[in-house]
Amino acid sequence: MFRNSYDSDNTTFSPQGKLHQVEYALEAVKQGSAAIGLRSKTHAILLTLKRSTGELATYQKKLIRIDDHVGIAIAGLTSDARVLSNFMRQQAMSSRMLYGRPIPVARIMQGIADKAQNNTQQYGRRPYGVGFLVIGEDETGPHLFEFSPSGTSFEYYAHSIGARSQSAKTYLETNFESFEDADLPTLINHGLTALHDTLQQDKHLSNLNTSIAIIGPPAPAAEGEDNVSSSGAAKRGSFRTWENAEIEGLLRAWRRSRGEPEEGPQEAEEAERLKRDQETHAGAGGVGVPAAAGGEAEGEGAASGASAGAAGGAPAPAAGSEDVNME
Amino acid sequence: MALFDQRPAYAHEPTVAPIEHRFSPYSDNGGTILAIAGADFAVIAGDTRQSEGYSIQTRYARKVWQLTDNATLATNGFAADGKNFVKRVKQRLEWYEHAHHKPMGLKAIARMIQTMLYGRRFFPYYVYNILGGIEEDGTGAVYSFDPVGSYEREACRAAGAAQSLVQPFLDNQIYFKNQTPAPGAEAFVPGRLPMATVLGLVVDSFTSATERHIEVGDGLEMYVVMKEGRQTTDLTDEGQLPAGMKVEELGSMGEGRGEKTFLVSMPLKRD
Repeated sequence: MFRNSYDSDNTTFSPQGKLHQVEYALEAVKQGSAAIGLRSKTHAILLTLKRSTGELATYQKKLIRIDDHVGIAIAGLTSDARVLSNFMRQQAMSSRMLYGRPIPVARIMQGIADKAQNNTQQYGRRPYGVGFLVIGEDETGPHLFEFSPSGTSFEYYAHSIGARSQSAKTYLETNFESFEDADLPTLINHGLTALHDTLQQDKHLSNLNTSIAIIGPPAPAAEGEDNVSSSGAAKRGSFRTWENAEIEGLLRAWRRSRGEPEEGPQEAEEAERLKRDQETHAGAGGVGVPAAAGGEAEGEGAASGASAGAAGGAPAPAAGSEDVNME
Repeated sequence: MALFDQRPAYAHEPTVAPIEHRFSPYSDNGGTILAIAGADFAVIAGDTRQSEGYSIQTRYARKVWQLTDNATLATNGFAADGKNFVKRVKQRLEWYEHAHHKPMGLKAIARMIQTMLYGRRFFPYYVYNILGGIEEDGTGAVYSFDPVGSYEREACRAAGAAQSLVQPFLDNQIYFKNQTPAPGAEAFVPGRLPMATVLGLVVDSFTSATERHIEVGDGLEMYVVMKEGRQTTDLTDEGQLPAGMKVEELGSMGEGRGEKTFLVSMPLKRD
């Protein structure tokens, strides 16, 4: 994209028939970290990669609940996302008040699409710099939609937006036919694999940087008996999010399905290094950690804390916290 | 509509006075509500009859609404204002949860209701509200309001058509007013009654009010909100519920602190 005289005024077409400001707004979405959505006959899920500005900072939340039956993942300008999600919440609540029923997903998409289009045709206003993946459930079942700053919205079986989302798209295109009838655990694993493909070299999915949202009937097999009993939303089949400590179970299940060690690559390396230090085992080398270490670690929950507990070593926590997947 | 009152031809008098006719935006739909707070539970009850004057509009119309896992609101007075007010309160609770990712505490809901009611100081919601539930510290609480938002936390309150019949009874049984302990016995401590006793008082209040007040009857709905940790069996197994009651556990509404709400319903006399 090159600078020319048509790109500063939102309300002027270029000779090629483009609105450059809108094109640039789409670039802002591409700069955000990856968000993936996919759906089956029964469920629709969102998976996102969270970014943090530094080791000392929290990770930016990418999942926003709109109503019991609708939620979004964002990519791009978070402030614009806040404003638009607030608008969506107003629309959803108004629909319940006026019509006595939850807003159909296609209708709420139309609402924000129209609002965004307005900013592409009004002089002096700039387009919104954020894209959404929207999951929701209404009378016609679960849905996945994409919202883009151009003011268009489309429905998808599976989609991804944000940085390096093309790799995810490739995986989704290859596998989407099996999503329709997949059960929730399988769907989540597909999503995590796709999300993994958007990572940079040497980075991994972890509790800190991954978050998942689900809509559809509760599925203890995927969400874990404990998780389901503690979350009212999960029990009702409403929009619910899993992140930080709660997402541990889902990540472990995914690693297991790929035949990888459950604690994840970095944690496994830590455990192995500590074992070597302790001279208890001649380590097997590489990432294939002995089952014993895996067994011990698993019982304790948080991964880096677990390897510290297993080996009783002091340096582990400090080193383990380097596991901050920054982009 | 005539401006002058109509009398039969033979009764016309030389001088007649004008009678003003006006549309009244309010009407009184009768009924009675009641709430009692225990140490770690609260009961909020209302009859289900809706009337206007001497007519019954319906034998079943809800007056008590569950707002969250820990809060239940009873509204009495003008039914249309009651229904609409509850809708608006629920919306405000939803916005709060969006912003703060947790349900509102009871104290906060009470204060918010005051601001919502006073906001309509010059065209009020004609509703007497009673809010009951579990506070953030786990204690049972009841808050009562007037139509323009004056409110207070109490151990018990009755409102509506039969308020004058029920409130004195409660003052005697809950606050132990005009009662002296037997010589040598401990002083009464209000607010520590067991749940079974409280439910009995509620039922007796309503059956008595039904006997003597025409606007009360048809059915009784009692919402029992219990602190996290209490069991369903506390309610059903103690053998305390009189016969003819239906108990239904209401599912959790959000990510609360695990409070449970039960709906106990029973019929009242229909005359």
